[in-house]
Formats: sequence, structure tokens, C-alpha cells
Amino acid sequence: MKKVEAIIQPFKLEDVKEALKAIGVDGMTVSEVRGHGRQKGHKEVYRGQEYQVDLLPKVKLDLVVSDSRLDEVIRTITQAARTGKIGDGKLFVYDVAQAIRIRNDDRGESAL
Amino acid sequence: MSRWNHVVSATLLVSGAALAQTVADPNARLAAVESAARAAQSAGDNAWMLVCSALVLLMTGPGLALFYGGLVRKKNVLGTMMQSFILMAVITVLWTIVGYSLAFGEGNAFVGGLRYVFLNGVGAAPNPDYAATIPQQTFMVYQLMFAIITPALISGAFAERMKFSAMLVFMTLWSLVIYFPMAHMVWGKGGLLNAFLGGRIPCFDFAGGTVVHITSGVSALVCALYLGKRKGYPTEPMKPHSLVLSVIGACLLWVGWFGFNAGSALSSSALATSAFVATHFGAAAATLGWVLAEWLRTGKPSVLGAISGAVAGLVAITPGSGFVKPLPALVIGFAAGVCCYFMVTAVKARFGYDDSLDAFGVHGAGGTLGAILTGVFATNAVNDALKDSAGRPAALGVVDGNLMQIAYQAIGVAIAWILAIAGTLAILKVCDALFGVRVEPQHEADGLDLSMHGEEAYNFDA
Repeated sequence: MKKVEAIIQPFKLEDVKEALKAIGVDGMTVSEVRGHGRQKGHKEVYRGQEYQVDLLPKVKLDLVVSDSRLDEVIRTITQAARTGKIGDGKLFVYDVAQAIRIRNDDRGESAL
Repeated sequence: MSRWNHVVSATLLVSGAALAQTVADPNARLAAVESAARAAQSAGDNAWMLVCSALVLLMTGPGLALFYGGLVRKKNVLGTMMQSFILMAVITVLWTIVGYSLAFGEGNAFVGGLRYVFLNGVGAAPNPDYAATIPQQTFMVYQLMFAIITPALISGAFAERMKFSAMLVFMTLWSLVIYFPMAHMVWGKGGLLNAFLGGRIPCFDFAGGTVVHITSGVSALVCALYLGKRKGYPTEPMKPHSLVLSVIGACLLWVGWFGFNAGSALSSSALATSAFVATHFGAAAATLGWVLAEWLRTGKPSVLGAISGAVAGLVAITPGSGFVKPLPALVIGFAAGVCCYFMVTAVKARFGYDDSLDAFGVHGAGGTLGAILTGVFATNAVNDALKDSAGRPAALGVVDGNLMQIAYQAIGVAIAWILAIAGTLAILKVCDALFGVRVEPQHEADGLDLSMHGEEAYNFDA
């Protein structure tokens, strides 16, 4: 099992969700986060007072998938979230030791 | 048939004779008509003035509370709104006890007497010195609304860092020492600057350029300097937490200002219309002035700039609103928009004071500019209440050929500045010695909402 952590542009969330649904991936956790990579922030001015805003709003998706589906999921997310500009985000993939469904104690891939 | 005709004719004759007898006395008839006309005018004026009173209260709450509340960080929004709201209560009580009397009772040139203490004798009968067609009680409550918003304006300068208890005492003393005397000098019978009621120096201030905006704006600067900068200013970000609230507040201020300026005609007259128009024109031109200056200087026309410009224009047109024509109102407004923009950006940055919500930059600077320009554009074509020795309408401003008026306006401005600086400094010292005016560093970090009031503004997960 692998965990895919995708940090994407907030306005791409719906596209990514729809694309994942189309390939049969339903489970995910979504968080609103702030951060930046190579993308520069922006400047705001209030009555002449300038503020450099470095941390920009992003959306983070966490999903755990079986090893066999990993490439397909990565391909789906990158295609759906891509605009081709700086700031599109990143994916990180981790190994998952175990998955347990709280309701009935299912273990491993059957818990996904 | 004919017999019936005779009877009817006879009846008509008799009743006609009786009617002729009751209206035969032309004096009685005239008196009845005059009384009816007076009652009708009084009804119209009183209706308008009660609406204006409510409009001016609307400027403080919610207008100013929203305008200022949106400009602070979200940990201070309730504390900031409370500073406006609580004054609606505190000043009302103070006004009842002694405020109205000190402002409008007959006294010396500087402060009113104690004749109207506890509103003694302030009832349905008009006070012809001020407004002959409305109950004095209406005049009293209308003026009360001005006494409420003026100290509330100051709170923009010490936002996010003044102790609530100290603020209550400060505002009470400030009203007693600065507002009531200044209102008496400019509007009270026999006041030093009251051109219309026996003042020695004829300074024109229709709706409160000196009384309201210079006193509050200059006192605001003193407060900002005395309390010092907010912790972290100007390096830490202190962005307005909701410009949406501020836009709503500014729009309510704009609407309420019609009551403030047009209502200062104290009747539903053509003068009220003229002041209404000048007020609106001033706000519109100032909006454009500020936005244009900002657009040229920083490349973007901001929403905060637009609403700040509108308020600056409303401030600047206030003293002249009942004296100037529509086109000069545009000029005054535009000048105020540009001038106040540079006050809150270039001048504030140059001197480095933390006038947090720009109470001085907008009200102090805009009020001063407006008071001086009133001396330029005031004309008896708009307001002919002031007569010369021959009984003709007196020349008012420079446009009427009265160059001296600039000097009289400058004297009024200077008195307001001096009173505001000296009075505010003394009151702050007293409050500081008694309670300490600034909140504890930890309280400032936590925010006024939590530390002063034990609440939070936005409990979205509640």
C-alpha cells in the first residue's frame, strides 16, 4: 500500500476529485493548507502599507491506494491538477505499514 | 313644491348668516390660518429632524463600528466595535446630566451654563435661538447623536491596544473638557466662534468640521503618539481582517451623513436640500480623488482606498455643506481625497506614528482642509442667514469677496487644534496615572476580544 500526498492549487480540487472518481478512487482526506515552493508570493497594499504574502493557500489530498493502482492514481492526479505554470504543486508517495478499518477491524488492502 | 323651495332658501340664508358671523372677524381667521401653517411646518420639520437624529446614530452603530471593526485584526474586532457601541450609552447619560447644558445652555463665550442640567426645561416648546419650528427636545436628541460619534471617531487611533476601563473614563472626560466647550463655542448661543448667535469671531462650521472632525482627529493623533505603536508595528502584518465589513460600514456612514449635514439645517428646507447635495457631491469627488492618486502611485485602485476617500470627502464637506454650491463641493471633495491619501501614506510613513485606522489622517486632515476651504467657497447664494448692518445677506467667503473669512476660519481651526492637543494630553495623563491606558503586553497579544471582553468574534466551529 502507498500513501499519496498531493499538494495542489485550490481551484483544481474539483477536477482532481472528479478524475479520481472516474477511475474508481473514492476515499480521500482533504485539508486546506498554506505554503509555497518555487512560486513567489504576492504583494498586498492597505492604505500604503505593503505586505508581502509568501504563504499561499493550497489544498492537500491524502489518499492510500494499493501498489497496483499507484501509477494510475499518480497519472490521474498530475493530469487533472496541471496548468503548466509555477505553483501547480507536488506529489509525495510513502509506504504504508498497515491500514485498519475501525468499524469492523478489516486489515490491509481490504480496509481501503 | 314651491313652498319647499322657500323653506330651503330660508334655511340657507339663515345658516349663511351664521357662517358669515363666525368668520366675520378677519383677525381671528388669520390667527387660525397662521396657527395651522405653523403646526404644519413644525410637523414637517420635526419629522425630518427625528429621521436625521436616527441617521446620525446609524453612523456610529453600525456604520463606524463596522468600518473600524473590519480594519482591525480578527482578535480585536469585538473590542473595536464595543468602543463605538458603548459610547451610544455612556454619552447619552452624560448628555442628559450635564452635556446638553454645557454645550447649548447660555453661558460665557467658551462653555454653556447649567440651565439645562438634567434636561430641565427641555421639552416640547421650541428654543427659537436654535430651531424655532421643532421641539427643543428634538434639537437636544439630534445634537446628542453628534456628541456620540465624535469621541467614537478617536477610537481608530488607539485601536487594538487601549484598556476598556481607561477608555470609558477618557471618553467621559474628553466630552466634558473638549467636545461640550467646542460645541458651545461654535454652535451655542453667545459662543466665541458662533457667527449667527453673537460670537466675536465669525467662523463658519455648518455641521462640525471643527467641532467634530478636527477635535476628534487631532485628539486621535495625540492618543496615537501617547500610547505608542502596537506591538510589532510596522514589521508584523496587521492586515484588515474584513474589508467587506468596512465597505458596509462606509456605505452606512455615507447614508447617515445626510442626516449629519442636511439635518444641520434644522428644518426640512431648501438649505437642507443644498447641504444634502453638497454632501453627496463631496463624497463622490473624494472617492475619485483618492482612487486616482493611489492608482497613479501604486498601480492599483484599491477598495479600501475608495471607501477611505468617500469618508475623507464627507469629513471635508461637513463644515461647508450648508454654505457651498454643488460644484465647489466637488472641488472640496476631490482635494480632500488626494490630500488625505497622502496623509495616511506618505506623511504617516515619514513620521512613523501608529494612527492605526487613520483617524487623524482622515478626520484631522480632512476636517482642517474642509474648514479652510469653507472660508473660500461659502456664499450667501446658498445661505443668507447672516445679515450685514443694512439687513442684506452678508458676504460669506472669498467667492463673495470676503477675504477675511479665511483668517476667521483659521482662528477656528487653531482653537480646535489647541484645545484638542492640550485637553487630550492632560486627560491621557490623568487616566494613565489612575488606571494605565495601555493594555498589558499579554492582553495585547491575545487580542482585546478575549482579554477585555472574554469573547471571540468568529466561532465558526461552534
